[in-house]
Amino acid sequence: MSNIPASLRYAKSHEWLKAEADGTVTIGITDYAQNSLGDITYVQAPKIGATLKAGEVFGVVESVKAASDLYAPVAGTVVTVNAVLESAPETVNRAPYAEGWMLRLKPADAAAAGALLDATAYAKLVG
Amino acid sequence: MSDLKRTPLRDFHAAHGGRLVDFAGWEMPVQYRSILEEHKAVRRTAGLFDVSHMGEVDVRGPEAAKFLNHLVTNDVAKLFPGRVLYSPMCYPSGGVVDDLLVYMRGAEDYFLCINAGNIAKDLAWMREHAVGFDVTITDRSDDYALLAVQGPRAAEIVQSLTGAKLGLVKYYHFAEATVAGVHCIASRTGYTGEDGFELYHAASEAVTLATALLQAGASRGLELAGLGARDSLRLEAGYPLYGHEITQDISPLSAGLGWTVKLDKGADFIGRAALSAEKQNGAAYKIVFFKTGDRRIVRADTPVLGADGAPVGRVVSGTLSPILNEAIGSALVTTSAAAQPLAVDIRGTKLNLHLVKPPFVELKKSTA
Repeated sequence: MSNIPASLRYAKSHEWLKAEADGTVTIGITDYAQNSLGDITYVQAPKIGATLKAGEVFGVVESVKAASDLYAPVAGTVVTVNAVLESAPETVNRAPYAEGWMLRLKPADAAAAGALLDATAYAKLVG
Repeated sequence: MSDLKRTPLRDFHAAHGGRLVDFAGWEMPVQYRSILEEHKAVRRTAGLFDVSHMGEVDVRGPEAAKFLNHLVTNDVAKLFPGRVLYSPMCYPSGGVVDDLLVYMRGAEDYFLCINAGNIAKDLAWMREHAVGFDVTITDRSDDYALLAVQGPRAAEIVQSLTGAKLGLVKYYHFAEATVAGVHCIASRTGYTGEDGFELYHAASEAVTLATALLQAGASRGLELAGLGARDSLRLEAGYPLYGHEITQDISPLSAGLGWTVKLDKGADFIGRAALSAEKQNGAAYKIVFFKTGDRRIVRADTPVLGADGAPVGRVVSGTLSPILNEAIGSALVTTSAAAQPLAVDIRGTKLNLHLVKPPFVELKKSTA
């Protein structure tokens, strides 16, 4: 069974989103996604300051098995990316909801995250 | 996955966390814990692989040696009992039917190990070409299971379970041995570039042997390793994989396996004329091995670009070397382009290919 924290929101494309106290959102991929991909070998992150539309490709995650696009769950501007993943992409396998986070966005619409799946709905999707 | 074939260890893999996938029609573990970690364990200590999907064939009879020397490109006449030979088996065109290991047990008694995906094709090919030879060809694939123990501590682990003196079994030799009470053909061969043994044994004994090896290896750093690590280990060692570096359209000469093509062995063999001409005229294409200095994997079928940016070939194998921490691979390119700067385009980024004569990493193969 994959780990699906109740406090997060989820996209059907297997990214998670966490609302931070400062109004930004942190985004990564779910435990289910990292487990399906297997050993992650490369994460291509967007440029800081880039503007993303909801559903737009923001990067690529590669495993030994395949390369997969990453999609922005909500629209926003890239505030920062996780530099650790450049040299240690396997961090995503080890801690997908913590040290393996991918980027932080300043959302265009603060309420947009509400339209994403909650943990129960995401669990149903991957169940 | 109910229509997939299963090895006798299928439930053993599932119980040990193996991730089972379809491999050439077989339900096989691609990994247990992590492909990268299993790969590193084999280079550092030892790994245990179930390769029971591989095919086994008995070739027996007064003309067994003569038949085999007609069938394969390497020189079977060089064998003696207890010796193993690697060889391609070619079409008249010089393309490859399969690559295999030939074991000589006795003057009229040989044993072959062939690729899982080619079993039916190989048997049909062998039987077709056995007409006129006094030989009997028997498919033994369902009778045998095959476990490979590979890595610097592999021999020590196998030795702890047998009274046979494995030190006497040198690289590319084999001996009959009872390992953990299981009768085995213990072959000092492998597909990882490390020292180790491949243990052929009765399919009904596979769980007993695998359990004993895992137990004996536990204190020596042995890990279960899947086909994912097997592939990255063989590529890092520079070994060809059928369907990638060698195919019906890629001859052993193009693949850099000229050492396995014995044009002057004193026996005509299937493909000899074509391979002789190819050797004389030079191959139009060749397999090159490369690394990129970047972590992005350069996957099979990626076009290879020449100095002017035009395609000169394609990648046939690609992975991340867990030891070098960079992408490695092999590509089929026109021979004229192989001396020029080569590059690939990975999602809009141009990466130069640095050609390497494999192995990619230093191997401490059996000094035996």
